[in-house]
Amino acid sequence: MDITRRASAGTMQSSDLMVHVEPAERLDIQIESTVKKQFEHLIRDRIEAVLRQLAVTRVLVKVSDRGALDYAIEARMETALRRAAEA
Amino acid sequence: MVTRQRLRRTLLYVPGNMPGMLQNIPVFNADGVMIDLEDAVPLSEKDAARTLARNFLVAFPDRSKEIFVRINGLDTKYALDDLRQVLPGRPDGIRLPKADDPEVVERLDTLLTEYEERLGLEIGHFSILPSIESAVGVLNCVKTAQASRRIVALAFGAEDYTASLEIQRTRSGEELLGARMQIVWAAKAAGLQAIDSVFADANDTDGLRADTELVKRLGFTGKSLVNPRQIEVVHDVFRPKQEEIDHALEVMEAIKKAREMGTGVISLRGKMVDAPVVKRAARTIRTAVAFGLIDYELSNEVIYGQE
Repeated sequence: MDITRRASAGTMQSSDLMVHVEPAERLDIQIESTVKKQFEHLIRDRIEAVLRQLAVTRVLVKVSDRGALDYAIEARMETALRRAAEA
Repeated sequence: MVTRQRLRRTLLYVPGNMPGMLQNIPVFNADGVMIDLEDAVPLSEKDAARTLARNFLVAFPDRSKEIFVRINGLDTKYALDDLRQVLPGRPDGIRLPKADDPEVVERLDTLLTEYEERLGLEIGHFSILPSIESAVGVLNCVKTAQASRRIVALAFGAEDYTASLEIQRTRSGEELLGARMQIVWAAKAAGLQAIDSVFADANDTDGLRADTELVKRLGFTGKSLVNPRQIEVVHDVFRPKQEEIDHALEVMEAIKKAREMGTGVISLRGKMVDAPVVKRAARTIRTAVAFGLIDYELSNEVIYGQE
């Protein structure tokens, strides 16, 4: 999947997260989280899993996490990427 | 398979695009929930909500309660995407808004069958909860109730209904009486439950209680809710009162005596006890047993007499 424009998904409510994506030359993931110390690596795992699943290799991902669970992280990532790839 | 007669006193709406609410579903003590992809979700977030709802359903396969998804109306461009995304998460059923006529229910039935075949599920896995919410919907609901074997109950949507009549919805609800009766009649005639509309003001507990008591008297078996704080009030109204249970047990004793004396009618403190009174008492006892309030073995022979 090619990322052709900027897009975002999610909210800043508790248990949610905000994902911004934009076209880039390489893969770059930036994470801000209320639980960054404990969970950054797990959030990154989820983000990378969705990128692999949708075959996205060149994108800048910025995440502001508010304590979201895995299913929500994956859903917001998928929505943001699909929005950014729409023709 | 569609289970028609499970307890559905409270069906709580949960906005489909709010993770904080979705992941509370396992702890809400409502009989069922309805994940809402329709009115609670703005047009710009339809895609996000259905993806989130699907992921939630897939991630939480063990549920303590019945889960419906309220999709967008079949006349919108969102409905088919809603179904495609959420059905693999195996909700128990679909709340169908704007169920104005039997044809729209039949269309959903066909779509659900296609998905069941594709997903390898038993045909009839997904149930349908049609929502009657317009003047034309009320007029057609007798036929709508019989449009599919998947239907477990008829639901009333009073907010949209009053909008379609171009009238205000009041706290006391006189304007809803005709529609409510028609929906109860249609549901009962088809052997279905009847689920009343939401009471939108979550702070007005007295109003909610009065509204619920009214619809219980009319024949509704449950209510849609907008806020978890409303669950207890509605459960309390639908829970049989101790004096109702005591009376029902007295009726059973009285009719037992009557049967022993070879008659089907007897007087209990000056009031006639005959077949319909016994049937109502039996229903109260069954409900009380279901609520765990009493332990009682009902015998058909006592209720209906020997042939």
